[in-house]
Order: sequence, then structure tokens, then C-alpha cells
Amino acid sequence: MSTMLLSQFSIPFLMGNSLNTWSEALAGFYLYGLPLGLVIVAAIPLVFIALYSLTYGVYGERKISAFMQDRLGPMEVGKWGILQTIADILKLLQKEDIVPASADKFLFVVGPGILFVGSFLAFAVLPFSSAFIGANLNVGLFFAIGIVAIEVVGILAAGWGSNNKWSLYGAVRSVAQIVSYEIPAAIALLCGAMMAGTLDMQKITMLQSGTYGFAHFFLFQSPIAWLPFLIYFIASLAEVNRAPFDIPEAESELVAGYFTEYSGMKFAVIFLAEYGSMFMVSAIISIVFLGGWNSPLPNIGSVALNEWTNGPVWGAFWIITKGFFFIFVQMWLRWTLPRLRVDQLMYLCWKVLTPFAFISFVLTAVWEIYRP
Amino acid sequence: MQELDTAGLGSVRVTRQSDTVVILEKDLATEQMVLAMGPQHPSTHGVLKLECLTDGEVITQAEPYLGYLHRCFEKCCENVDYPAVVPYTDRLDYLAGMNSEFSYAITVEKLLDIEIPRRVEFIRVIVAELNRIASHLVAIGTYGIDLGAFTPFLFCFRDREIILGLLEWASGARMLYNYIWVGGLAYDVPTDFLKRVKEFVTYFRPKARELSELLTENEIFVKRTLGIGIMPADVAINYGWSGPMLRGSGVKWDLRRNDPYSIYPELDFKVPVPDGKLSVIGDCLSRHLVRAWEMDESLKIIEQCIDKMPSAEGFNPRSAIPKRIRPKAGEVYGRAENPRGELGFYIESDGKSTKPLRCKARSSCFVNLSAMKDLSKGQLIPDLVAIIGSIDIVLGEVDR
Repeated sequence: MSTMLLSQFSIPFLMGNSLNTWSEALAGFYLYGLPLGLVIVAAIPLVFIALYSLTYGVYGERKISAFMQDRLGPMEVGKWGILQTIADILKLLQKEDIVPASADKFLFVVGPGILFVGSFLAFAVLPFSSAFIGANLNVGLFFAIGIVAIEVVGILAAGWGSNNKWSLYGAVRSVAQIVSYEIPAAIALLCGAMMAGTLDMQKITMLQSGTYGFAHFFLFQSPIAWLPFLIYFIASLAEVNRAPFDIPEAESELVAGYFTEYSGMKFAVIFLAEYGSMFMVSAIISIVFLGGWNSPLPNIGSVALNEWTNGPVWGAFWIITKGFFFIFVQMWLRWTLPRLRVDQLMYLCWKVLTPFAFISFVLTAVWEIYRP
Repeated sequence: MQELDTAGLGSVRVTRQSDTVVILEKDLATEQMVLAMGPQHPSTHGVLKLECLTDGEVITQAEPYLGYLHRCFEKCCENVDYPAVVPYTDRLDYLAGMNSEFSYAITVEKLLDIEIPRRVEFIRVIVAELNRIASHLVAIGTYGIDLGAFTPFLFCFRDREIILGLLEWASGARMLYNYIWVGGLAYDVPTDFLKRVKEFVTYFRPKARELSELLTENEIFVKRTLGIGIMPADVAINYGWSGPMLRGSGVKWDLRRNDPYSIYPELDFKVPVPDGKLSVIGDCLSRHLVRAWEMDESLKIIEQCIDKMPSAEGFNPRSAIPKRIRPKAGEVYGRAENPRGELGFYIESDGKSTKPLRCKARSSCFVNLSAMKDLSKGQLIPDLVAIIGSIDIVLGEVDR
């Protein structure tokens, strides 16, 4: 097993020199370390993953909601409506690009861009297979948590720039919500980082590989890992504004929240960012708690299922499957539950999730020190 | 150090150093924001406009503005014959057309003092109760949407579709029926209609249970509605509330029992009122629960009507319909229990004309909505949405 690796426990990432490496790595990613061509080569598949997660995320959302509600969903474009999203994107591309007369044009235009960048940059540090990661930062997890916070700026820019009272309400709610829920989310992820002893996403994943398959996943490696797992899942729902925490875009209250005034391609970009974020948090939870690209199948006697189903291509299959599974759960919740109220949402964050996140943090630390 | 008041923008505490004024701290004045909710807003259930004065998320005042859907119903009535008013009544509360027709028909029959065949009464009650279920399904479904639950809405519409199909089968129209005429019915129900209605009753019982699992037994739903928008019984009576709204406040008042009409006295059904165990009496959850319970009672009524129904032999639904309606001079007020409360018609006749001299509709939605200002004070925006949803307005009836 990976006891050898796990025994290297220390928390080097809090030391000053590690932070230097982090900034160097970032700088290298953009300018010096890698030739520009390589960056683009790394980015292209990521763009495709993001676009596919959008296309089939939207299609899946419509189909899943339809099946839950005794409907058929899109059926006209292509077999079973499979090309519906593409038709929708083509439609949105042709739409007039409207900027409201009284809007702050700069903020209005820049908002969706920042939103998209925030959710898409996190894709850079997600290991999609043992052979493919956009940027193998040694503080990948930290980067992923941090970069998502940029979305807040985009939402605020979009909401304020729209010069619409409903948009403003949506933006203010959203900022309050995302900033609050980042705390339990980050602490819950720290529990995973503590179990791994590193913030390097690729290493976190590698530490969860082994011939017993799912038994090596961090979720099953400690008796209290389910608590940070649950906390992160709930907090991530709030972070990406999904139901039952979709109060920033609460349709029945705020029309559409911060993107009320958006139409055409800008709306599509906001949509892309939303579905991108959904996949992103789902991938993060799979990487930190459910083994990322590792196969969940164990070896049974001489049947080496685990070896057969591991490898770079299988890895991509597993992480995307796990990610889509969590997206499915998010949709399932969305189409089942009503929406919380603003104050109830904050209550849940500060008085339930955050204390429990701290408790799970301490318990994980104790377990990691005294584990048998 | 001194305080300066800067033209309404709040006080600024300043100090002077030699000749320059140094601002120490600003106590910025906060202003309330006027927020126009509607007429195009997803949760005002039509074209209602609420002008809200908001302090952050808190509503300090909400004033409803009506009239966007005004279609001169009462003036129209003065220009058409008595039977021709019936299609207009469909368009009052378009979610419960049968009930509105029923109310109008019994009012004119009271004015004419005519006797109608028993089978007509039974059919009227069946279609009215079916329509009541359909209307409550819309109320409950859209209430779910108001609180962010989308799926119950489509479940409600799926089941409502069956009712609309049945009513279409009987009358030829899905929502604006023109079926209950003064003195009778447009047609007898089709063969097998009662069998299908019975099938629907057996189909719907478990579906209603599923609906309550999704909403009433949902923790978040209860949290959003429990103790929100409480209306004490005495204030509700003073406002003139009726229907599920009044019963939600704990007053056992149902015109089918308290001012019986048609064959309701022969039927066995309860008037459900909240007992305070599941909800705070008078809050949004109580009103929602009353609607859910009423659907069960309506199912019971329909079953009894089917069992007691006189046979169709030699039955002519138009036998009691007067050739020409020209009532004696006088006035009448008739009312019936609609899904949303008391719908009453005040009709005045001059004794010469075949047209009503005056026809006034007493709309339950309008009266219920008038309490909006009281209910919304100090609530959050999401609670305001929950309150509007619980009032269950149909703008067609509010504006007439």
C-alpha cells in the first residue's frame, strides 16, 4: 500500500519557500517555464472538455429533469434530441448582442468573461488522467480553491453593470453566498489534503491507487472522511449556485438574478461558466475523496480487474464518469428540492457547516497522527 | 471636531487642521429602494404589480397595483342577454371556469325562481368539484415554483391535464367551458364519463399523496412557509377573506356548508381547517395544507355524486332552460364557494329588459389580495413571494 508515501507527512506547503515555488510555477505556466506552444496544446483538450461538459451537461439536465417530471425533454434535433444544445448554441450565436442603454458597458461586457475564466482556469490543475494534467502545480488544490473565487468578481461586475435592481440583488446575494461557503468548502478540502500530505492534485490522486480499488480512496481510508466529503459536496452546491442554494439566480424571486439582462452569446458564456463550474467541483470532489482517475474496481483473486481498468485512457474515463455522477446528483437535487431563503442559507453555512468542518478538520488531524 | 450635515446624505464628522477640513468618518445615510415587482415578474401570477419599498432584502411596504387585465366584465354584462353572460364568467377565474358558471347560474335561477332537474345538479357538482381539484393543483404547483421546487408543478399539471381532458370531453372546451347554463346544462355528460371520472379518482389518490411527500413533508418547504405571513382570524374576517385563505386562519367557513346551494347538503364532506399541529394557524403553510386537504374532500364528493346520480333515461339537460329570460324587477345576490373563496354575483333587473341592469361580481381574489399590504410588512423578498403564492390570485378575477 501507499504507507510509504503517507509516512512522509509534513505540511511543507505552509512554508515560505513553497509559496515561492508556487508563484514560480504559475509564472512558468504562463511565460517562461513552458514554450507557448505547449501551453496551447495543453489548453485545447481542456477547452474541449469544458465545452463537452457544457453541451452534454445542458442536454443531460434537460433530459434528466424531463424523466423526473414525466416528460420526454428535447426530442426533435437529432436522435432523442441529442443535438439540441448545439442548435441552441447556434441560435444564441446569431442573436443580436444587446447591451442595455443604461448599463455600465465595460462591466457588462467583462463580467461574463471573468466568470468563464474563473471556472475554466481551475480546469488547468485537474488531472484528467495519469498522463494528462494542464498544469501540474504543487499547490494545485490551493490554486483550484483560489481561482474559483474570481467568479465572485465576474458576478458582481455582471450584476452591477446591468444597472437592474434584480441583477444587483442577485449579485449581492451571490457574493455573500460564495464568499461564505468557500470557508467550509476549503476546510473540508484541507481534510483531504491532510490525508494526502500534499496539495499536488496528481499526487493526491496517486496516493489513492492500489490493488483494492475503491478501498484506497480517501473517503474509505478514514472513519470520518465522509464528514468533509459531505460538507464539501453541500458547500460546492452553494459555490456554483445550484439548487437548493440557487438564491442568486432565484427565478421566482429575482427573475434571473445577476444575468437578467444578458442575452445572446454573453448569456451562453455565463451558461458555459455555470456548467463548467459544476463539472469542476464534481471533479475536485472525485479527485480529493474518490480517487480521481483511479479505477474503483478491486482485484478479486487472480482476476486483476484493477490493473485491467487502469491506465491513461481508462483514467480519463473514470474521472469523467465520477464527475458526471456528481453532476447527476446535483441535477437530482435541483429538480427535487425547493429553494432555501437567504437567511436560512447563511445559517446553514455559519452555524452548521463551518463548525462541522472544523470538527472534521481536528478529527482528521487526530486520525492521521494516531492512525493504526 | 464637529458634525456637518451634508444635504441629506448623512452626517460627516470632520475636524479642521489649520485651514483644511479633514473628514474623520462618514455616516452615510441609507435610502430605501423602490422595487417594482411586476407587472412582468415570474411570481406575480400574471400581471400584478407590487411596488415595494425595500431596505436591503426587507420589504417595508408593498402596494399592489391592479387593473392590467381589466376587461370591463360588469359593463359587458349590461349589454348582453342573461345567458350570454355565462361565457364571460369563464374568463373571470379562468382556472375554475365551471365554478364561476355555477355561481352565476344559481344566482340567475334564484332571481327567476325556477326548479332544475336533479341530474343537472349532480353533473354540475361533479364538474365543479373536478374543476376545484384542477384549480388547487395549479395553486399548489405554482406555489412549489414560487419556492423553487419545479418538479411538483409538472406533476400537478400532468394530473390537471386529465381533468381538463374530462371536462373537454363533456363541454368541448378545455378551460372556458360555457357548460353550465342558466336552468340547465349545455349537454348531458358523454356515455362512460362517470366511469372515467371514477378511474381518475382512484388514479389521483396516490398521486396526491406523492405530491404531499414532495412538498408538505419536505423540510425546506416547511421552513419556507411555516410561520410566514400569519393572518389572525379576526383580521381575516374584517378583510372579508373567504375560501381556503379564511379557513387557513382557522375559521370554519365554507359556503357549501354555511349557505348551502345545489345538492351539497345531501353530501358528506368535511370542511378542513388547520389544527395548529402541522402549522401555525393562519400562516402560508396552513393555507397550502387547506388546499391539499380540500382536494381529498372534493374526491369524496365526486365519488358520492357518481353513486347517487339519477339515471340518464329521458333526461334532457336543457328541459328547464327558459326560452327567454326576463326576470321581474328586483335584485338578487347569489354566491358559491369557488376554489379561491366566495364568488358572488349581484344582479339587478328592471323587469322590462332581457339584459341585466347591473351585474356586479364579488371577487374572492380581489378581496384576499387587499390584505397584501398588511401581510408583507417587514418580510424578506423571498417571503413576499411565498405570501403572494399562498394567496393564490388569478388576475382575471382580480381585475375582471
